[in-house]
Amino acid sequence: MSWVGNAIVAVLLVAGVFIWMRARRNRLWREAMAALARRRRFALIILGLYVAVGMLDAVSWVGGGGVQGVAASEARSVIDRIFKPSVFREKSYSAPFASAEFVGGAALTFPGRHVLGTDILGDDVLYKTLKGIKVALLIGGLTCLVLIPLALLFGVSAGYFGGRIDDVVFFVMSTLASIPNLLLLIALIMALGKGTLQVCFALGITGWVGLSRLTRAETLKLRELEYVQAARALGVSHPTIVLRHILPNLSHLVIITFALLFTGLVLSETILAYLGIGLDGSWGRMIDQARNELSRDPVIWWTIAAASAALFILVLCVNLIADALRDILDPRTLRERA
Amino acid sequence: MNGQLLGVEDLTVTFPARGGRTPVVDGISLTVAPGEVLALVGESGCGKSMTALAILRLIAKPGRIEPGSRIVFEGREVLGLKVTQMRALRGAGIAMIFQEPMASLNPVQTVGNQVIEALRLHERVGRAAARDRAAAIFERVGIPDPRGRLDAYPHQLSGGLKQRVMIAMMLVMRPRLLIADEPTTALDVTVQAQILALLRELQNELDMAVLLITHDFGVVNELADRVAVMYGGRIAEQGTRAEVLGAPRHPYTQGLLRSIPSLAHRGGDLEEIKGTVPSLGSWPAGCRFATRCPKVFEPCDGQVPQTVSLSETHHAACHDVARDQPE
Repeated sequence: MSWVGNAIVAVLLVAGVFIWMRARRNRLWREAMAALARRRRFALIILGLYVAVGMLDAVSWVGGGGVQGVAASEARSVIDRIFKPSVFREKSYSAPFASAEFVGGAALTFPGRHVLGTDILGDDVLYKTLKGIKVALLIGGLTCLVLIPLALLFGVSAGYFGGRIDDVVFFVMSTLASIPNLLLLIALIMALGKGTLQVCFALGITGWVGLSRLTRAETLKLRELEYVQAARALGVSHPTIVLRHILPNLSHLVIITFALLFTGLVLSETILAYLGIGLDGSWGRMIDQARNELSRDPVIWWTIAAASAALFILVLCVNLIADALRDILDPRTLRERA
Repeated sequence: MNGQLLGVEDLTVTFPARGGRTPVVDGISLTVAPGEVLALVGESGCGKSMTALAILRLIAKPGRIEPGSRIVFEGREVLGLKVTQMRALRGAGIAMIFQEPMASLNPVQTVGNQVIEALRLHERVGRAAARDRAAAIFERVGIPDPRGRLDAYPHQLSGGLKQRVMIAMMLVMRPRLLIADEPTTALDVTVQAQILALLRELQNELDMAVLLITHDFGVVNELADRVAVMYGGRIAEQGTRAEVLGAPRHPYTQGLLRSIPSLAHRGGDLEEIKGTVPSLGSWPAGCRFATRCPKVFEPCDGQVPQTVSLSETHHAACHDVARDQPE
């Protein structure tokens, strides 16, 4: 399965460069990007680090010399190769930078090497926290990939064509909205299975209603605007009107919803983990497993602290960026700057 | 309808209301000759914009063009065209400019792109050639720095410039008929004069017919060859500009013209048409103007007035006019 991760990283890099080049050629996007970089430099740098670590963790290959405790055929990511978790492990808990085990005080095999300590199995907590980044980005990104097209498809077709289509879509949306989200989510995951894809799909199915409502309402408004009427008077076909006049004018909604959804999804995975249906290696799982350690005396705080902090910083950064992005992309504030 | 560019016959557009369907355009007939400017005049809600949209078949649901209506453009039945044929006719044969230039352009696309797309919709031209033609038409409609302005976004242009872009966009295909729905209402007075002058120039140059929808007799006087006055979804009076503006016969037209303030009668009270337009669907059974007409008499309330011909070109639908007219 190592090629899937590599392919995703390759696609992301190519797409990123492509979007970057396109945006650079357009003055308004260039200005918006410059404004974002000016206002949220710190948050952008940190988010960039997260994404970089996530990508390094997704790029993997087989081989590279025999490492103790690893099968020769197993693909290992860049992060795995840097941390060598199968080598640098202890027997049990140890505090950050400790030179002795937390319980009992036996000397560690690698004293002072574990920046964030080790967990009950002696695994390095920093390594596990960094591994969690990929899972978090995957939950947010993959779910949005399911959710946004779904929401746009239903929202735009309901708003643009109206009539019977609108009735059907609105019925489905109202039905979904009237089922408690968590219940539906659990039911879907139970039915589909607990894999990453399945969980993202389930989150996508339960989450599209909000964005769909927004895009439907906005499409209803856009449809009546004179430039859409003018396009029709020019003989433009319905699909072309939707592609050229409706969707581009919804992009600010989509960009902002994406940023807000992303954090919501990363957080909701924590709740799923608490209920025992989270993803392997996620921060939610780490927090869930570390829950009981908080009641020990003396407290074992580093696992839960590391996972929570990583989660908190990611969500905070994305929210800060989304907030600035909303201000920048809002045409009203855009005009004030011009 | 021979020799006519556009012929509209018995056009009826209805919208659903309280149990039935209420006509907003009620059996109107008009013709536009090639190269002619016909002004369709009337107050808000009289059905003039609906008439324009009906000609392009752009009436939005739940509105409907009733069967029995006929629209003929260049000898073709518009109401019988297939959807694809209709799309080909829009823009290339009949184009329309709207009231509000501020909202008529897509805010997220450069104006050049919008003109280029309009062109490429109907003609197979390369992007570079289309760009050249867009720049040429920008220059023709009086946009300064046409090449540079192609890359401007609508919010970077003034209202007058946006209306010029709209005109350029609608005219790249050299349509035979331009429907201009209050093209100058949203502009300030000096810009209005410029846009009107431009429209007249282009109309002469392209030998294009114009259906001008307006409530402004100043604009009518500037541009129109013939005038049709609408009231309550019907045509009250129709004739050449001189006939309608100079010797109006329908009491509604007379009232409208008297209520224009003029410099000659300064100081006096402005005349007005008494009462207000009845709401849709609560029209009187006979003449729709009966409730407000100063010359109302016995048949007006019950009988729909027949159209009376006063000359080859001058027609009015009024019982009072019919009474004076020897058979």
